Amino acid sequence: MPDIRTEEMVINMGPQHPSTHGVLRLKLRTDGEIVTHIDPVLGYLHRCFEKHAENLEYPQVVPFVDRCDYLASMNNDHGYAMAVEKFLGIELPERVEYIRVIFAELQRIASHLVALGTFGLDVGAFTPFLYCFREREMILDLFEMTCGARLLYNYIWVGGLSHDIPEGFVEKAYEFLDHFEPKIKEYNDLLSYNKIFIERTADVGTLPADVAISYGATGPVLRASGVDWDLRRDEPYSIYDRFDWDVVVGNDDVGSVGDCWNRYYVRVAEMEESAKIVRQALDQLPVDGDVKEAIPRKIRPDKGDLYFRSENPRGELGFYLVSDGSPKPMRVKMRSPALANLGVIDEIGSGWLIADVVAILGSLDIVLGEIDR
Amino acid sequence: MQGLIELVQNLGVTADWLAATLAVIVYAVLVFLFLALFALFAVYLERKVSGHIQDRLGPMRVGWHGILQTIADTVKLLTKEDIIPENADRPLFILAPFVLFLGTYLVYAALPFGPNATASNLNIGLFYIIAVSSLVVIGTIMAGYSSNNKWSLYGGMRSAAQIVSYEIPVGLSLLVGVMMASSLNMSAIVINQTTGIGGIGGFLGWNFIQNPFAFIAFVVYLVAGTAEANRTPFDLPESESELVAGAYTEYSGMRWAFFFLAEYANMWIVAVLATVVFLGGWNSPIPGETFVPGWIWLFLKALGVVFIQMWARWTFPRLRVDQLMVTCWKYLTPIAFFNILGVGFWMIFIG
Repeated sequence: MPDIRTEEMVINMGPQHPSTHGVLRLKLRTDGEIVTHIDPVLGYLHRCFEKHAENLEYPQVVPFVDRCDYLASMNNDHGYAMAVEKFLGIELPERVEYIRVIFAELQRIASHLVALGTFGLDVGAFTPFLYCFREREMILDLFEMTCGARLLYNYIWVGGLSHDIPEGFVEKAYEFLDHFEPKIKEYNDLLSYNKIFIERTADVGTLPADVAISYGATGPVLRASGVDWDLRRDEPYSIYDRFDWDVVVGNDDVGSVGDCWNRYYVRVAEMEESAKIVRQALDQLPVDGDVKEAIPRKIRPDKGDLYFRSENPRGELGFYLVSDGSPKPMRVKMRSPALANLGVIDEIGSGWLIADVVAILGSLDIVLGEIDR
Repeated sequence: MQGLIELVQNLGVTADWLAATLAVIVYAVLVFLFLALFALFAVYLERKVSGHIQDRLGPMRVGWHGILQTIADTVKLLTKEDIIPENADRPLFILAPFVLFLGTYLVYAALPFGPNATASNLNIGLFYIIAVSSLVVIGTIMAGYSSNNKWSLYGGMRSAAQIVSYEIPVGLSLLVGVMMASSLNMSAIVINQTTGIGGIGGFLGWNFIQNPFAFIAFVVYLVAGTAEANRTPFDLPESESELVAGAYTEYSGMRWAFFFLAEYANMWIVAVLATVVFLGGWNSPIPGETFVPGWIWLFLKALGVVFIQMWARWTFPRLRVDQLMVTCWKYLTPIAFFNILGVGFWMIFIG
């Protein structure tokens, strides 16, 4: 039989592709529909965040931090504000800490809702997306009534908050929690335990724990692989040590530890835990306290550097700050969790079909604003 | 059809061949109008159904409850610039939507719209329908190949694999109805369903409850038919989250609208076939009821099946390409074969 000449086809997925979650470009080498190699190409959304930050005073960086991970702005603000506060050695009023935790956890729920919804879209289920956005809308309403913005808040400032929570916020937040907690069952019925969904995601793109660690993967991606690691518990910052909640890790009930289903399901379960934290924080919220009391007049850290990390919905968000003693940072380096998580795509995506690569990418829940910065 | 020919003759056309040709043209135009209207309605229905399933309202702005939305969309499509990619295979690219549409359009020649309302009441009607609808795959492959786009190519290849595979369970499960009526003629299959269990008639006469195998065949047909019409959860050829728009990626404006029209025309075919073969066609579900015209029952039942297809689309995720093949070859096809055996034994030994 004469040799049949075959060659691998290189195909560009993105930057304009419905499933690359923004402007990511994946160069896929494919053998038929089987993907043999994945090459992510980054930088389509690069906005010089770090360079900008060097030319701004410390508090002015906050809106830029907002725009990095636009689905988790509150968490980003929180991480950055805490980094600068640690630099300056500021003690915060109790009320500020509680409000910050409430907002950070609400934002975590909102971010995970987008992750679930878009993951559903990636595997072809359209309806869960709108269900998730329905609940996210209520969270955004809460944010809007507090600071007037729905996506980019500039709410958590260095040393405090831009506004105190308005009247009626606590009641509305409770209302949201009462509404939201039963909805998780709805997502599970509709998507998580759907037979087709399980077929599509269980045992697909399994990420072993040691590979996850060696790539620096963090957040739900790491926990889904069975690594019990959450900065909120293991390196407690803010007031997270006061609440009673669990760190969710992947299990092998449905597929195997570290597969797409687990990466998805860890987020579902994490929303429940976040709701628990919000409820406790609302219960314990101190009645009085000035949220702007501790905001420093002059932010001028001493010469030196500092690395501070916090748990963002996507994983470990780190800020490395270098100060030369001036009001502007000499260097701001952001450690993006999604970038490290995206690194594993070739490791776990090669050898699967194109449809699986879409599912795997969706399960990593990347935000290009943060990866490209 | 005979009626139409006579009508044309009564209008003064004496030559037989001319009368027949005119009648065919009239019928073809009528079917096309029906298809266009059905697509308008089905798109609106789809958007409303999906809207309500997803806890929103769907189109609300254009006309009362958005009733004119699809007309506005059609006007938009008609006025859209028709783009042909520079490196596309022009003749094939231009031809593809029409070939695909032709495949579905030809089926309507033998598809009943009611009692005595079939263009050509072929004695091998069902056979003709299954054979002609296979043309669709050629259109999709042409579209996928000629677009000169890798995503389109994938879509075309997937489509070929899918439609060729799913034809088998579709054909085999329809065969059950043929066995029960001992005829391939659509009218005979329907008439066979007027009486049934106990001779009461009504819905008790319909094929799908005549014996357990017929019911399984009905379910197999619904699943495989959905796959053949490229609807979610089997819409792999155009799976938007993977292949952008699959074989249709490079199409715009009217050409794209033809693909769309063909999809909805296909949905109607699947629904009518399910109705005729398993759900009693134009027979009334109430025993002895003759007041409501048969075509209304046929339309209602077919719309019910269309609704089920929409319901599934907005509920399920999409299968992967290999799982799609597994579903077909490892489950549906053996079940369909087993059904034929089962129905045969049932008819010989039980009734």
